[in-house]
Formats: sequence, structure tokens, C-alpha cells
Amino acid sequence: MNLNNLTIKTAKEGLLNKDFSAVELLNAHLDRIEKEDKDLNAFITVTKEIALESARKADKLISEGQDLPLLGIPIALKDIFSTKGIQTTAASNVLKGYIPPYNATVVDKLIDAGAVIIGKTNMDAWAHGSSGENSDFGPTKNPWNKEYVPGGSSSGSAVAVSSQMAIASTGTDTGGSVRLPASFTNTVGLKPTYGRVSRYGVIAMASSLDTVGHFTKTVEDSAIFLNVTAGKDEKDGTTPRIDVPNYQKHIGQDIKGVRIGVPKEYFVEGMDKRIKENIKKTIKFYEENGAKIEEISLPHTEYAIACYYIIQPAEVSSNLARYDGIRFANSRDTFGAEAKRRIMLGTFTLSVGYYDAYYKKALKVRTLLINDFAKAFEKVDAIISPASPTPPWKIGEKANDPLAMYLSDILTVTANITGHPAISVPTGFIDGLPVGMQIIGPHFKEELLFSLGHKYEISNKWYEKKPYES
Amino acid sequence: MKLAINGTKKNLMNHKVIIGLEVHVELKTKRKMFCNCSADYFGKKPNTHTCPVCLGLPGALPVVNRQAIEWCTQIGLALNCNIPLFSKFDRKNYFYPDLSKGYQISQYDEPFCINGKIEVNGKIIRIRRVHMEEDTGKLMHENVNGESASLIDFNRSGVPLVEIVTEPDFDNATDVKAYLQKLQQIIRYLNVSDADMEKGQMRLEPNISISFNLNSNDLPKYKVEVKNINSFSFVEKAINYEIKRQLELLEENETPLQETRGWDETKQKTLSQRVKEEANDYRYFPEPDIPPIRWDESEIEKLKNTLPELPDEKMQRFIKEFNLSEYDAQILTKEISLSEYFEEAVRVATNLTPKQIANYIINKKINIDEILPTKLIEEILTSSKVEEVSNKELLAIIKEVLSKNPKISEDFKKGNENVVQFAVGQVMYILRKKIDTNILKQLIIEELK
Repeated sequence: MNLNNLTIKTAKEGLLNKDFSAVELLNAHLDRIEKEDKDLNAFITVTKEIALESARKADKLISEGQDLPLLGIPIALKDIFSTKGIQTTAASNVLKGYIPPYNATVVDKLIDAGAVIIGKTNMDAWAHGSSGENSDFGPTKNPWNKEYVPGGSSSGSAVAVSSQMAIASTGTDTGGSVRLPASFTNTVGLKPTYGRVSRYGVIAMASSLDTVGHFTKTVEDSAIFLNVTAGKDEKDGTTPRIDVPNYQKHIGQDIKGVRIGVPKEYFVEGMDKRIKENIKKTIKFYEENGAKIEEISLPHTEYAIACYYIIQPAEVSSNLARYDGIRFANSRDTFGAEAKRRIMLGTFTLSVGYYDAYYKKALKVRTLLINDFAKAFEKVDAIISPASPTPPWKIGEKANDPLAMYLSDILTVTANITGHPAISVPTGFIDGLPVGMQIIGPHFKEELLFSLGHKYEISNKWYEKKPYES
Repeated sequence: MKLAINGTKKNLMNHKVIIGLEVHVELKTKRKMFCNCSADYFGKKPNTHTCPVCLGLPGALPVVNRQAIEWCTQIGLALNCNIPLFSKFDRKNYFYPDLSKGYQISQYDEPFCINGKIEVNGKIIRIRRVHMEEDTGKLMHENVNGESASLIDFNRSGVPLVEIVTEPDFDNATDVKAYLQKLQQIIRYLNVSDADMEKGQMRLEPNISISFNLNSNDLPKYKVEVKNINSFSFVEKAINYEIKRQLELLEENETPLQETRGWDETKQKTLSQRVKEEANDYRYFPEPDIPPIRWDESEIEKLKNTLPELPDEKMQRFIKEFNLSEYDAQILTKEISLSEYFEEAVRVATNLTPKQIANYIINKKINIDEILPTKLIEEILTSSKVEEVSNKELLAIIKEVLSKNPKISEDFKKGNENVVQFAVGQVMYILRKKIDTNILKQLIIEELK
């Protein structure tokens, strides 16, 4: 049995069946890191000793007949999640050497669910970027072709799962930072509804847009994972008291009669032809399986990127103000170019005399976009589109063109502006590189995304394809 | 505006003083504004009341203290403010080492309370707004291992702070002082803060400027803010000093600088701290980590109904119910504890009028912590039973005392009047009766002369 091929579901079955131990499962993944990560650079920190200790503990619990949702499952954390006693850098030199005195709520929840934390993953510094290149710890590479980017900003987390160095991983999605890299690496990426998962302890990028998501190999795993992380947190005032359903129960549900909207504005100029064909096939699949496909309009879509690039840098400029190097971490001159760019943009748009023209106007556009979606969800149950307008690009291709980089988020940012949940599911390959779709649902209706995603996944089985022979 | 005949000095006859006030009050909630740390920081070991939230560590998030918001709203209600049904927090972005997040969570354009008013010395002072924010840490400049260093104590960081802003409705320091006393009294009545200025629980910042445009409500192009004032009498002195200083400048046709000054009690003057070339740009924007606050009418009604009886109401009631003079009622309601003590004494007294009790408390400056109301009533009753003793009998004893103690007479002649009190004691010792000691004192003095 190849322990690197397992999903959360199959690994759990094997562990409880005592086919292998949690330590063996962990070692298989540590070996993969050892073998591949010099090239891929998915990890900033590998927490081997801590992981071994939790794996042993998991084995002990299993031998005592206990069970927990993620018991013994090797999980990687984006290096933006605060981990008590473990360096947390946000992939920036500013935080190099910073060791948090506390765990993010999600980290506590994962540990309580029995997860084995295998390490902290690389990312675009401060989650600023769409390619994974903008890391002070070097770029992460795409395991499907190392000359290509894996997508960002949660680059290392996507690659860790895609190249089987972890069974699942956490990510953050502020404008597409989970969905884009998921689609570039043949993994499933979930961006939950804003407020569904606690942000406490996750280093803030843009607080009104940040969501805490995750990468898994399958949609079912994504549902299992969300059941661990979702829910009200007393330490995060933006998590509402809304019940968390048993998401796994919705896996395998019939999708007959589900109305799926295809927004005409999402088929933007400059979209790769092959991407268009790919999504058409996917839409056809749903139609053939009983879903009702309808063309819909989200009329303010063209303003989404502009709106996002006002609100996001404004919040970034404020959120990065605490990194003054006085109390912890390194001095401000260790900030990279992209962070500086966003600090300047945000400081400018919030300034007296510009606030009304930029920030206030962006808030108005935000309301219009929310209304667009509210209207659309009166007609349809879910919305489908490609996750990215292009397949992965070559490392270096957009590195010196920030605007081109910003535009790669064109299909994903709106769900962050409006707070809607969205899932990225693999839909095949273009020239050997993965591509994916995104399904957007109404607020707090993640279960619908899981049942739709799963239906497609079990028929197409893209998750069976691996970047390596073994 | 007129120029004096010599053409250089401004005629200062036609000016008006314009003063507005910003007052910060620290609430005495158990917990801080946005985290569970104890807010009782005064005199505690530095950085022991801290957590990731008030230290502004990466990833930490604020969660509002509902109690603080309700208390802030009650202050607004006590100052006759309107309470908008929608309110929100904003980030005020600025850099200072004691500000852990690089921004202060405050309220900008939609504060909890707006448009209030309060009567001071028969004049209406408008309250512009009452809003909620968080306190900062504290910088300490000390010598560490022979090197001068700046240290930061974050125990105060995140303690709930209410800011009360008036319209520029004051024109003299006396009214300002009266307003501040009244505000402090109201806050103590509400029991939301001890408003102790020496502990920094109440901080005063007057803005002072002078206008020559008597017929317009336009404010002058400058204003001077005075900080570092920790007593009501200092605020009075600082304002009067500023008025004089600014008038002297204006007389020479100079416009005072827009600046922040500090009151220096030793030098008895205000000193420039920071000149504001232009208004600070705090780049306010809505705090994304805290959802806006939405009230139901019924919730505000409930807060209103749970307000305690406030000083003005209580004073009016004392005048009416107990037939007291305004002067007596004012003294008795100054502190809530004294007012409650008085009412308790009235309740337990059977054959004393409230007026008699009030007189006794006020004249004898009764320490209410030392004697219970029931005991006080007994004391008043015994003390009012003065025994009749004839002057003849008294004089006999006085003579006896003076002859036995010739030093009394000697010292008195040298101008030492304290010996009289000694003589009183001696007489009372022999007499062993309750008498009016004032009469006795007079008799002794006459005898000594």
C-alpha cells in the first residue's frame, strides 16, 4: 500500500483498521518531503519531532479504541497560522524568527481533532501574490512541472497536498489564495463563507476579506476538514452563531434539479480558449446529470478587481502597521516590494481628500456586488466558472508585472468581496498542467458546494492522477 | 475688530473667549475593552495584564466588551444624548510605540451618543458626542543598566476609554470647572468609573481660542489644546493663563499658533509641546474585525430605565421632599455615598427633622465611614440635650482652675490663645456636665482679660 496516495477518509480507515500506524503514515510523508521539497520548496519549517510525538500519541489513542475526526492525519499549515512555540513567518523576513506564544483557533481545533502537524508551508509573503513567487524564502514550484508556478498565495499548502507531502493543509483566501493554487495543482480548495471559520491567530492580510480555507485531495475530505474548523469562536467577533451542519452527510446527495448559473460576465476577454472548453465540458457534465443550467448576469463584475484593489491594500496598510520592529520581529526595512506597494496604495486611498473618491466608493461598489449575487441566488442555487482565466504560467513570467498578476484573481476576488463560499475542484489538465472550476454558493451553504463538487469528482476521478509515478 | 489710535495694537475690548472640552474617562469594567485581561492595571507589575490581543500580536483579534458599550451609552443618556440605532468602530491609524497595533480602535463618524446637553451655572452646554475607544500602553523613560531606555508597559493597553466632547460653548474657566465637577459627579453616580484624576481615570483637554468676530459663530482659524492637566483647579489656571497669553499675542497682531500645550504646575504656565502644522490624518476607516452595533429601541429604553437617580434630580428631590435649602441639598448630593447616608439617617430618625440631621452632618463634617446612621441619630439626640448651668456656678469653677494653674494666665498674656482650650478642658473635667463650650470659652477669655 502506498501511504502517500491516501485521503483523510482512506487513511482514517487504514489507521482504525490497524493496516498501518500513524507513525508509519507520518514517516511516508516525511520521506516524501525529504525527497522532493529541496526542489519544490513547499515548506518553510518541517516540525518532524513535534509530528512524531503527536503520531505516537495518535497510535496510543487508536490502540485504546479512541477515534477523532483527524486522528493521526499529517496536516500542513500555511505559515500564516500562529503556532505556539513554532516559528511563524508569513514568509516575510519581517517575521523571520518570530515564535508566537499562542495557537490560532483553527490550529487548536486541528490538534484537538487529532491532526499531526507536519510543518509550516511557504507562501507569498503576507499572502500578497497569486503565484507563490513572492516569498522571502524562495518561490514554491509546481510539482506537475517545476518550471511553472503552483499559484498563490497558499502555494506551499497546495503543493504539499498535490505532491503528497501532507494529506491536507490549511490556507487563507483573501482574493483567491486557496482556489487559484488548488486549480493549479489538481487539489480541492475551499474558501468558506466569511465568518464560517475563525480568523483568530491567523496573521491578517485584509480583515474584511480574509477567510480560512483548506486543501484536500477530494471534496469529501474537504467536507470532513470543514466540520473540524467551522463554527462560532468567542475570540473572533466576525464568526456568527450559525449552526454547523454535518457536511459529510451531504456527500453523495442527488443533484437533480439543482439550478446552476453561468455568469456571462465571467467569460472575460483574454480568457484562455482551452479554459473555456474545459469549463464547457464541466457544465455539460452537470446538465447531463440532471442539473438545470442557466445563463445569469452579475452586471457589476467588471468593477470587482478595482474594488478589491482599493479595499484590500487599505486594510493591508493598517494591518501591517504593527510590524514596527519595536516589540517583536525585525525592522520595517525588511518588508519586500509587494508589501511596500500595498502599504503605499492603502495609505494613499485612506488619506483625507482621497477617502471619498476611493475607499468610500469601493464600499459602494461592494454593496452593488453583494446585490448582484443576492439577485442571482434568487434564480439559481449555485454559480459555476473557471477558477482561473489561464492555466499555470511559467515562473518569472508575471513577476515584474504586478497588474498582470492582480488580474489572475479576476474570477475569484468577487466571492471575497461578497463573502460567499466557493470551492475549487480539479477539472483536468491542459498541456500536462492542472486546471479547475469554482463553484460559488449562497452564504453558509458550503454543503451544496460539497454535493455538487463530489458528484463531478467521483465521475471524473482527476484526483487519481499524481505528479509522480509512485 | 478695531485698531487702537496708535495703529499698531488691536483693541481687545471686542473679543470673546471660546472654549471646548474633550474629557477622557476610563471605565472600571472588570475586563479590558477587547480582550479578557483584567482592566485593573493601576500600580500592577508592568506587562502582567496582557495577552496577544492587547499586545497587538500577529493574528490576534478584538472582541467587544458589551458592558463597556452599555456604560458608554449610559453616560450619553445621562448627558441627554441621542443614541443612534446604528453605530460602529473605526480604526484611527497613527504610529506611536505605546500603540500596539499601529492603530487605535475608536469611533469616527458614527459614535454611540450624539447631540446631548447639560446645564452648568444656569447655561446650556451642548455635548457633541460621547464615544468609546481603547486606552494605549504607557511609555516609561528609565535608566536600565546605566543606559537611558524607553520601556513600554502594556497593562493599560485596551482599557475601555470613553471620550466626551462638548461644543465650544464655554467662555470662561469657572464654567469649565463647574462642568467638569458635574461630569465627574454624574460618572460617579453611574458607578462606571471612579474618575480619579490622579490615577488618570479622568483626563481633561480644553481647547481655547479667542475670536474678534462677536456676531458670528465661525471659529477662529487656530485653537490651542492644553494637555497634562490632572486637577480641576489646574484646568482653571491653565485656561486663564492661556486667555492672557493669547490676548497678549493678539494685541500685537500675532495669531497664536495652532498647537498642543501642557500645563506646568511649577512654572504656573502652559508650555508648547507640539505644533500642528496641519490637522493629523488618521486615515480612519471602519474596523473590519468588529461587526457594527445595532440597538433595538427596547434595549436603549432598558438602559435608560436602569439609570440611577442622577445628582440634579436627587438634589431637587431633597429640596422638595426634605425641605432643605439648595445649599444643603447640593452638599448632601455631591457624593452618592453621602446622599445615601443622609437618606438612611432620615429613615431611622423618629424625632428629628431632616433639616436637623442635614445641619448636623454638614456642620460637624461627619465622617460617614466612622459612624453608622443609627448611631449618628443617637449622637444628635444626646448632643442636643444641653444642661442648664448658671454662669455663677461656671465662674466659680473657672476661678478655681485659673488659680490652681497660674501658667494659663501668664501664657495668655504672652499671646498664647491655645491655653484657653486647656482651661475649657479643666473646667469641663470638674463640671462633668454637657454644656455649650462656646459660652464657656467666652467666659474664660473675659476672666483672663
